[in-house]
Amino acid sequence: MTGTQNQVDDLISIPALLARNVRDFGDQDAFREKEFGIWQSWTWSEVAEEIEAMALGLAGLGLAKGDHVAIIGRNRPKLYWAMVAAEKCGAIPVPLYQDAVAEEMAYVLEHCGARFVICGDQEQVDKVIECQEKVSSVEHVVYYDPRGLRKYDHSKMTSLEGMMASGRAAEASLRADLKAREAALTYDDTCVMLYTSGTTGRPKGVVLSNRNIIEASKASSEFDSLTHDEQILAYLPMAWVGDFIFSVGQSFWNGFCVNCPERAMTMYENLHEIGPTYFFAPPRYFEERITILTIRMEDAGRLKRNMFKYFMAHAREVGPDILDGKPVGGWDRFKYWLGNICVYGPLRSRAGMSHVRVAYTAGEAIGPEIFDFWRSLGINLKQLYGQTEASVFITNQPDSEVRSDTVGVPIPGVEIKIGDNGEVYYRSPGTFVEYYKNPESTASTKDPEGWVATGDAGFIEESSGHLRIIDRAKDVAKLSTGQMFAPKYVENKLKFYPNILEAVVIGAGRDHCCAMVNIDLTAVGNWAERNNIAYGSYQELAAHPQVYQTVQEHIEEVNRSVAQDEMLNGCQIHRFLVLHKQLDADDGELTRTMKVRRAVINDKFGDLVDALYDGSKEIYTETEVTYEDGRKGKITATLEIRDAAVQPVGQRMAAE
Amino acid sequence: MVLDTGDSYVTADGRTIGGVLMEMKNITLKFGGVTAIKDISFDIREGEIRAIIGPNGAGKSSMLNVISGFYKPQEGEVWFRGAVRGPVKPFQVAQEGIARTFQNIALFEGMSVLDNIMTGRLTHMKTNMVAQAMWWGAAEKEENENREKVERIIDFLEIQAIRKTPVGRLPYGLKKRVELARALAAEPMLLLLDEPMAGMNVEEKEDMSRFILDVNDEFGTTIALIEHDMGVVMDLSDRVVVMDYGKKIGDGTPDEVRSNQAVIDAYLGVSHD
Repeated sequence: MTGTQNQVDDLISIPALLARNVRDFGDQDAFREKEFGIWQSWTWSEVAEEIEAMALGLAGLGLAKGDHVAIIGRNRPKLYWAMVAAEKCGAIPVPLYQDAVAEEMAYVLEHCGARFVICGDQEQVDKVIECQEKVSSVEHVVYYDPRGLRKYDHSKMTSLEGMMASGRAAEASLRADLKAREAALTYDDTCVMLYTSGTTGRPKGVVLSNRNIIEASKASSEFDSLTHDEQILAYLPMAWVGDFIFSVGQSFWNGFCVNCPERAMTMYENLHEIGPTYFFAPPRYFEERITILTIRMEDAGRLKRNMFKYFMAHAREVGPDILDGKPVGGWDRFKYWLGNICVYGPLRSRAGMSHVRVAYTAGEAIGPEIFDFWRSLGINLKQLYGQTEASVFITNQPDSEVRSDTVGVPIPGVEIKIGDNGEVYYRSPGTFVEYYKNPESTASTKDPEGWVATGDAGFIEESSGHLRIIDRAKDVAKLSTGQMFAPKYVENKLKFYPNILEAVVIGAGRDHCCAMVNIDLTAVGNWAERNNIAYGSYQELAAHPQVYQTVQEHIEEVNRSVAQDEMLNGCQIHRFLVLHKQLDADDGELTRTMKVRRAVINDKFGDLVDALYDGSKEIYTETEVTYEDGRKGKITATLEIRDAAVQPVGQRMAAE
Repeated sequence: MVLDTGDSYVTADGRTIGGVLMEMKNITLKFGGVTAIKDISFDIREGEIRAIIGPNGAGKSSMLNVISGFYKPQEGEVWFRGAVRGPVKPFQVAQEGIARTFQNIALFEGMSVLDNIMTGRLTHMKTNMVAQAMWWGAAEKEENENREKVERIIDFLEIQAIRKTPVGRLPYGLKKRVELARALAAEPMLLLLDEPMAGMNVEEKEDMSRFILDVNDEFGTTIALIEHDMGVVMDLSDRVVVMDYGKKIGDGTPDEVRSNQAVIDAYLGVSHD
């Protein structure tokens, strides 16, 4: 099952891939970053030199084989190189979420026992210093941006530049050792360790070997014929497996160029400037952009608005078919061509998607309308299904077989099966080695034959062979009436409305379902502006009666749609409220990858849940919030609870 | 601690505070019959953050305008870099190395952030208007050099995302930051900040405080600031001058000032006869 072809080529580690890229594409741009308003670039040869210097520097500081090196910061070329440099030394890079508060960081640093931490800037250094009070393993901090750090105690701290310089200076004495360490790397050595965000419990350290990363990168690159000419924008958290696969695995495997935005805030602008050929974004991103576009079009002149409406209607009709290469009439093709000049082209350009050959979305279900919107513009947006434990790729949609309701077929090398309880299992060369220092979880997730439980419930569609995901397996439960309860199914339907950002449906073990909703401040805020509704905060807008009315209409529409589903018609929402705060990862309500943590929410908003079920019309509540810098505060609110109309399922069935 | 004009010392956090950069000697400023400032003397040392505080109407902004040379006091002398300063025009003040921000933001609303900050570089441009308009020869080189300096400031103040946005479209907190950027673009020796945190929320205040400390630390710029938020002033400054009704009622380190009875009275409101 495990391909040995790579081993023959000696491409058995990231440093080995780097050496190959220097040989084959030495003069081609490997990394770019916008700094001081200008894109700076480094070729593969230059990158290799920088990585060499970093590796020498790290070895000079005393980094030993098998050590863990934590890397914390936003996407910057030097931090990616630091990961490769660590591997060169035989150490294991552990990228951390840069927006994690010190407490979360301390847990991970403690767990992996990192001796060295490489920080992007002062903010991260401060957090690590705070952690050091509790975590004794951290011996040395290396920082990239020196700003504000001059006055810090430098006895256990070095700048990245300084470390590289001393590495270069001591080259003669370190070179032989480093070379030996690099030569000793095997296909089954650890390439990277990534902590899963975990919707329940503490994060787990997923150990991924060179084999996992390289085989997954290879198979997925071949699946969508990626080449060394691709351009990608690296803007997603470095600690997330997807970013590691795209910006390191696939980039080093294919030799394509990784572009880092100037700052997180400039991402849209940088995307437009770079025009990537290969792009990944979570569904939320595609929704957001449509929300912004819709708002702009509502503010535009009549001519533009009508043109947009006319051509978008046409695109929705024939766009996806043209993209899939299905037969489309000559007149329709002409109209699409015209629309492409007037509307689709400019929209693609604005979104920075003019050159996109392949775009992926994953992580959550995407609304069919949102999905079709982008495809109708001629953007080859696909859904894939994966997880950290699989080195991302489990299934992917082949060109011309793209649909919004499936996640595609297994990529080459991956096998999938459905368990008796409906849970999806897979086995692949990308399958993780183990959870670090956690044999129990490893054993309960991966069986001796290598099958991994995904935790998702799904089925394979007979007609197409595509996998369809219903919900998280552990979230699928029963109502006290015995009907099936799949919260995500309903939540996704709700979230497809631009006004609703997040929804949490409750009902397991109860006789009916209720919902807590977060409104989308961009969409609802714009609506408020156009209707001259003044509001001072999220909380105030969320409590507005007209907002409640709108949300109620959405919920009732969803109820009508849910009632159609024979299996899940018990999931209609009887009562709801609009939350007074946005669910936030800093408060632990969402994971760092923006997934709802049900247990935390049920616990934290227990008073609201009780009120939803005891029939009260309103409820007074106090909630603790965490600010960006980790301090805590409190917000209070009196929330209205409304009833929503439900479809009489039982009666209709009786009448039939 | 008694220091001489030329003495320097090192602060607890490791910064070097140099000799006296600017000295106010017995300044009195009158508007007709109203005495805004009455016989005030204090100095500003190189590399320090010096705050001027006081209740509303204490004469703080007038004092800042005396420092900037905009108001000429009827009595007293302003010493800057070891010499008495005579009557000065605003551009001369800029050339001397003094830059400021305003209590009510004074930016060009219709121009982009970048262009606004570029205006701060004017005193550093030598080529004439015609050459600049034609963007030719030395003017082109000069603009590129200045642009680079401006880009470094944009990077420093983390406003890359709004580089090309017209200032009029920005929220208040960001406008304040752009104003600071423009003042910094002049590479001043002495930076005057007139209520840099006014109208900001807690998070914006924290950001601004960090920037002020970083400016002082990274560029060694001497900073004189007026501020209402006591917490901010006490945290930021090395020394504080307290004014009330045009008179100086206190001068010293934040701790000294905090325990000064006259200052406490001024803030808690004791009747003035």
